[in-house]
Amino acid sequence: MKEFTYTITDPVGIHARPAGLLVKAVKALDSAVTIAKADGKSAGGAKLMALMGLGIKQGETVTVTVEGGSEEANAAALEKFFQDNL
Amino acid sequence: MILMQGKGVSKGVVKGPIYFYQRAETAAVQTAASDPEEEKRRMEEAKERSMDQLNALADKAREEAGDEAAMLFETHAMFVEDEDFCDCMTAALEEGCTAERAVETAGEQFAAMLAAMDDAYMQARAADIKDVARRIRNNLMGVTEGGIDSEEPVILAADDLAPSETLQLDKRKILGFVTQGGSSNSHTAILARTMGIPAICGLGDQLKQELNGRTAYIDGETGKAAIEPDDITLNAFQAKLEKQQEMKTLMDTMKGQEDVTLDGQHMMVYCNIGSPEDVAAVLSNDGQGIGLFRSEFLYLAASDYPTEEEQFQAYKEVASAMGGKRVVIRTLDIGADKQVDYFEMQKEENPALGVRAIRICLNRPEVFRIQLRALYRASAYGKVAIMFPMITSVWEVKECKRACRKVMAELDKEGVPYNKDTELGIMVETPASVLVAEELAREVDFFSVGTNDLTQYTLACDRQANDLGKFFDPRHPAVLRALKMAADAAHKAGIWIGICGELGADLTLLETFLAIGIDELSVSPSAVLPLRAEIRKSIAKTCTLEKLEC
Repeated sequence: MKEFTYTITDPVGIHARPAGLLVKAVKALDSAVTIAKADGKSAGGAKLMALMGLGIKQGETVTVTVEGGSEEANAAALEKFFQDNL
Repeated sequence: MILMQGKGVSKGVVKGPIYFYQRAETAAVQTAASDPEEEKRRMEEAKERSMDQLNALADKAREEAGDEAAMLFETHAMFVEDEDFCDCMTAALEEGCTAERAVETAGEQFAAMLAAMDDAYMQARAADIKDVARRIRNNLMGVTEGGIDSEEPVILAADDLAPSETLQLDKRKILGFVTQGGSSNSHTAILARTMGIPAICGLGDQLKQELNGRTAYIDGETGKAAIEPDDITLNAFQAKLEKQQEMKTLMDTMKGQEDVTLDGQHMMVYCNIGSPEDVAAVLSNDGQGIGLFRSEFLYLAASDYPTEEEQFQAYKEVASAMGGKRVVIRTLDIGADKQVDYFEMQKEENPALGVRAIRICLNRPEVFRIQLRALYRASAYGKVAIMFPMITSVWEVKECKRACRKVMAELDKEGVPYNKDTELGIMVETPASVLVAEELAREVDFFSVGTNDLTQYTLACDRQANDLGKFFDPRHPAVLRALKMAADAAHKAGIWIGICGELGADLTLLETFLAIGIDELSVSPSAVLPLRAEIRKSIAKTCTLEKLEC
């Protein structure tokens, strides 16, 4: 299992468009990905509605967990995705 | 040959296939299914079809407007495939629901989840979920959005169409209308005249569902429709089609000409429109302005109050497209025959005499304020004029003006640009407004007479009723005298007066209008050039008021 944390800088948070991009990115990986908020609520990285339902805003820190498959490479790819898009 | 006779409500002859309007809501959704496995199979099919449609839409959007535009449809496609959404639908199917019911349930559940979030952006996404659920459901029921699932243009057949339905039609695919019910004042008829295409209503039982797909000739002047016409009938239709083409060529010579009589009396020939897409017809018919932009389309097509931004964009689009030409936008005119669910209006015994139009706005200052803000903001992008409907008293106008001043003060404070000399006018469409016209004229910059309502209220005739025919007479001397009284009051106060009702396009009354001194006629875009041709043949000083005599 690999894990990293990221603080959202996008002014609108994880809204539909970036959430859609994230789902697309996660579906291309061979790992199970979970996004968790500081309050403990979490959602699967491939679940668009659940992700939107978290209502993650700018300034919030999320914990991203990558499990199974090529964890190392997938976690690195996702971290880069967060930096580029969120 | 099958020959049908109805009431011609929009002129023109056309040949094309008859196509019955498909209505998503007509088939009641069954809730209980007999075979869950069959329902699952149907659901998979409908989801697949929805994905195909959304992918095609995304490709089209990408080609026409880039990646950003395509993303919306891609997101919708992701909703269709979303694991939780699908799980929710599967659970409902396993409980024995029909596929239709399952997708409705899931759509409602997830829309409610988003609507409950404390984030305006996410709340608005509830509409996206509903949109996706509706798409899947339509695919389950074999219904096409917009009602027309045909590659070639058709003659659209229906019992009658509601205002919200006419708004969603794909107008490029419509050659003409034939309806079982309706009258010349129904929304289908008004839409047909705006589009300049033929329409026949009141065909009743003659218009049978089994005629779907048959090629028909329709004549929107005589009200005749024929399928497989015999030689004589066919020749008559062909001759009219040719004449129509000739007339069109002749009318094209009227473009760019001034609207002035032989003895130099000017008339402003403007257009009535119902949505921004109608502006194309105004420009192609050389309309000199817009005398009535009905703002209802924003409210009727939506499932919730339109935002200031949505309204602003629509008004701005029209104002800028018209360049410096005047665009008279009428504030919200719902109630009576135009009902909107989310306004949650109380059921009225007699809605034409009830809480409608300006009365709603004055009762609900917040709804009014948002529209006025959008209108004033748009005034920075063209020559916008604001018009208030259904006025009966001077105090109403004063209250409207107070609301305008408040909005202007807000915009000043926010530093938002607007035109502080935006013209304000009223609709003259009640006998009361005619009787106090002198006082009203001192408060505003212009009058515009709505002849349909003025006739309804003056003659005590319901304009929606089918069988009041000969009693509902917009050329009744009482209506024409009311027109003259309003015009005299307007001119005494030094303001202009126009007609934006259907009567304005009645060429047989042009002389009367010239004699009364009407300054502006606002008509359907397709009526501009014939009206101009008639004005240019007229001599104003020989026109008489004889039609005002009984």
